[in-house]
Amino acid sequence: MSLSHLDRLEAESIHIFREVAANFRKPVMLYSIGKDSSVLLHLALKAFYPAPPPFPFLHVDTTWKFREMTEFRDQMAAKLGLDLMVHINEEGVREGVGPFSHGSNVHTHVMKTAALRQALDRHGFDAAFGGARRDEEKSRAKERIFSFRNSSHGWDPKNQRPEMWKIFNTRIAQGESIRVFPLSNWTELDIWQYILREKIEIVPLYFAKRRPVVESDGMLIMRDDDRLVLEPGEVVQERLVRFRTLGCYPLTGAIESEADTLEAIVQEMLIARTSERQGRLIDRDEAGSMEKKKREGYF
Amino acid sequence: MHGRAQEPAAQNEELNEFLARQEEKTFLRFLTCGSVDDGKSTLIGRLLYDTKLILEDQLATLESDSRKYGTAGADIDFALLVDGLEAEREQGITIDVAYRFFATDSRKFIVADTPGHEQYTRNMATGASTADLAIVLVDARQGILTQTRRHTFIASLLGIRHVVLAVNKIDLVDFDQAVFDRLVEEYRSFAAEMNFATLTPIPMSAKLGDNVTMRSPKTVWHQGPTLLEYLEAVQVDDDLMAKPFRLPVQYVNRPNADFRGFCGTIASGAIAEGDEIVVARSGRRTKVKRIVTADGDLPRAEAGRAVTILLADEVDASRGDMLVAAAARPEVADQFAANIVWFDEHALVPGRSYLLRTETDQVPASITDIRHRVDVNSFAHEAARTLEINEVGLCHLSTQAPIVFDAYAENRATGAFVLVDRMTNRTVGTGTIEHALRRASNIHWQDLDIDRAARAAAKHQAPHVLWFTGLSGSGKSTIANLLEKKLHASGRHTYLLDGDNVRHGLNRDLGFTEADRVENIRRVSEVARLMTDAGLIVLVSFISPFRAERRMAREMMAESEFVEIFVDTPFEECARRDPKGLYAKALKGKIKNFTGVDSPYEEPENAEIHLHTTGRAPEELVEEIAAWLDGRSR
Repeated sequence: MSLSHLDRLEAESIHIFREVAANFRKPVMLYSIGKDSSVLLHLALKAFYPAPPPFPFLHVDTTWKFREMTEFRDQMAAKLGLDLMVHINEEGVREGVGPFSHGSNVHTHVMKTAALRQALDRHGFDAAFGGARRDEEKSRAKERIFSFRNSSHGWDPKNQRPEMWKIFNTRIAQGESIRVFPLSNWTELDIWQYILREKIEIVPLYFAKRRPVVESDGMLIMRDDDRLVLEPGEVVQERLVRFRTLGCYPLTGAIESEADTLEAIVQEMLIARTSERQGRLIDRDEAGSMEKKKREGYF
Repeated sequence: MHGRAQEPAAQNEELNEFLARQEEKTFLRFLTCGSVDDGKSTLIGRLLYDTKLILEDQLATLESDSRKYGTAGADIDFALLVDGLEAEREQGITIDVAYRFFATDSRKFIVADTPGHEQYTRNMATGASTADLAIVLVDARQGILTQTRRHTFIASLLGIRHVVLAVNKIDLVDFDQAVFDRLVEEYRSFAAEMNFATLTPIPMSAKLGDNVTMRSPKTVWHQGPTLLEYLEAVQVDDDLMAKPFRLPVQYVNRPNADFRGFCGTIASGAIAEGDEIVVARSGRRTKVKRIVTADGDLPRAEAGRAVTILLADEVDASRGDMLVAAAARPEVADQFAANIVWFDEHALVPGRSYLLRTETDQVPASITDIRHRVDVNSFAHEAARTLEINEVGLCHLSTQAPIVFDAYAENRATGAFVLVDRMTNRTVGTGTIEHALRRASNIHWQDLDIDRAARAAAKHQAPHVLWFTGLSGSGKSTIANLLEKKLHASGRHTYLLDGDNVRHGLNRDLGFTEADRVENIRRVSEVARLMTDAGLIVLVSFISPFRAERRMAREMMAESEFVEIFVDTPFEECARRDPKGLYAKALKGKIKNFTGVDSPYEEPENAEIHLHTTGRAPEELVEEIAAWLDGRSR
């Protein structure tokens, strides 16, 4: 009898987690609170059972995340006893960087990419797990599971190491690091099916609920706090919405949906004709923008 | 609450049915390969499009990208769906492998779209290593090219057993059966030697969709399936369950003193609680006590599962070892034959030390012999002294410690390795193991009663290798000679191995190419090691320009026995002194491969002793070394 599809994916991810633990001096898992991170965390717990994961967790807080995300993060950390670090780019905070004042590009670069580099450098992490999947975006589809980064965290897409079978070249020099993507071969549908099968807790924002949103530039943006800047003519209204992906609230579009259970979400996924990253403003700024961000050290 | 189209109960039933169907779907990993511009990316784009897997927003992006970068005129350029890198879209080529996912009612697929350029062969190999089937594309107008042959050969080498020959752009030859038949015949004539289980030719137009997912009315002469029909039906099962149990130990989980779990992914076979197993390296037998997972213990686990195994006895096993079926054991050897595909600009050189990595093991290794290189066009075997980038050859390898393996033909997971450069950490090559070399298993070390410690004690000294490296004319031999005199005078037992002298005897058959220089150093290192075994202090005076070889020499000796002495004299100064008149000749081009002129000298990074010679007398430099040695012995 061969393994089921989800069993196969689970085994592959567990293998990747163990490979990092066996090879690196100081790994860390990037915990971004979203559904992919929730699956990643669940797999990390499984990979080392009965021991806890032999590495800490890091959340790069842009200070513009949904409030429910932060609450969920702290609850999970307490419940599971995670060694969780939260990093904020204090320089960016002092300069008042935000999506409204500086635009999504500058905001993402300063509060997310630069912040991540700061945190990785400060602690000297030599491997960092991320929850990216190859089905999300075209340049991600090109990335290795073990993705080499030079000493300034840059990705060189034209010169990736061959990655044969399950033999991963984990060797790096001082200052270099590797980003590791255990969910590379999962699709969005796999993620939801797995959450359903394993009963994994996720942030309530994924479930449909009446929420205050404003229609802006073709996206439904939720008013999560008073910092939301309204353009002339924009009005906040209550709509039944949920999120397919989570990030900074002013940059994350909601979708109108009635799916308020996991079952209903999977059901909705079956008829989805729009890919999830469309809900993210940051990927649309310019062509090839994801690749550009990744070369600069974005996850 | 809010209204819903369906009642929850009915909805759940439908959902459960859907989920059950998902789990029942079979799974296929394949790749597309072939020469540049044969339409690989376009074919994948077409497959995704026709199976309705391109979402609305992706389609909108595709349309705008097609206008900006497209090579299909006013039409949609499907290649832009997969060519995800900016450089790829700008140049209209594929540089690296892209992995895409799609599913039909009966099967889930992962497809690797691999580049056609020879320069990116390593990325094609990456995609092929995990695939069970290859679609080899051929442009009907161009016919079979070198890259078609190279990719077919690499696919076969990496264990792919099923090939679809996609004769693409059939529309551009007017759907002519004669063209198709001729290409298929030509392909079959060389593919016959490749051990493919099936070869399925299909005429198609990826751009227009003929025979991709829909049967083309323009090729009524084609009796076979469409591509998608074939991909859904083909049976590729490499029956891992029927093979003997193999678990490469990946990680040892020790949360407390009572729990010592061996973690890894089962490469083949199955294991049950109570089964007898053997630790491959030591041959130690024991039984499986528990198979632990986070979801509870399993009575039995099969190939593909990532498990944690507790054993009945305290046995010694760590990462790189393997737990195996007691009745069918793998090879444990330090010499074996393997096919190597070379990926790096810097050629493979026999004798040079690389890191060999299997799924969980890592060990220094060198190529002892290139048996032959394969011409990827004629598949003829040729003699070769090196393997250049993208070349393939059958080699003999020797590892510093035995590794556990099966022949690649028996087991893809336990018969494969990659080679990593020890300086740059680049993955420079990959190998599939053919068989162990018998001489490795039949020649055992002879145990001797008088050991190296006894010999050293009789001489009242600690054996050392004092390794002088530096440019020709830097003063190595002069300093070494003076130092030996000094040591000798104080009652030490010494021997001086001089580069020029050794080349008159032991190494008289070697020239000055990189390969020969590496072999030169290997032999001298072995001799120096025998001499330290005999208890001597050995002075080696060799240009030894490459870090890799100096490191190899260092690793042969016992801990802290090797002392690297960098005789640092600037090139200009050496050329000015020119005691043998060699620089004058080399600078005129009369000597080839002269270090510092047309062959590189890699300076030591961590020499124990760094001698700056400029403006200092040899006697003074010898005192510096002697002082360092005194300091160490205290």
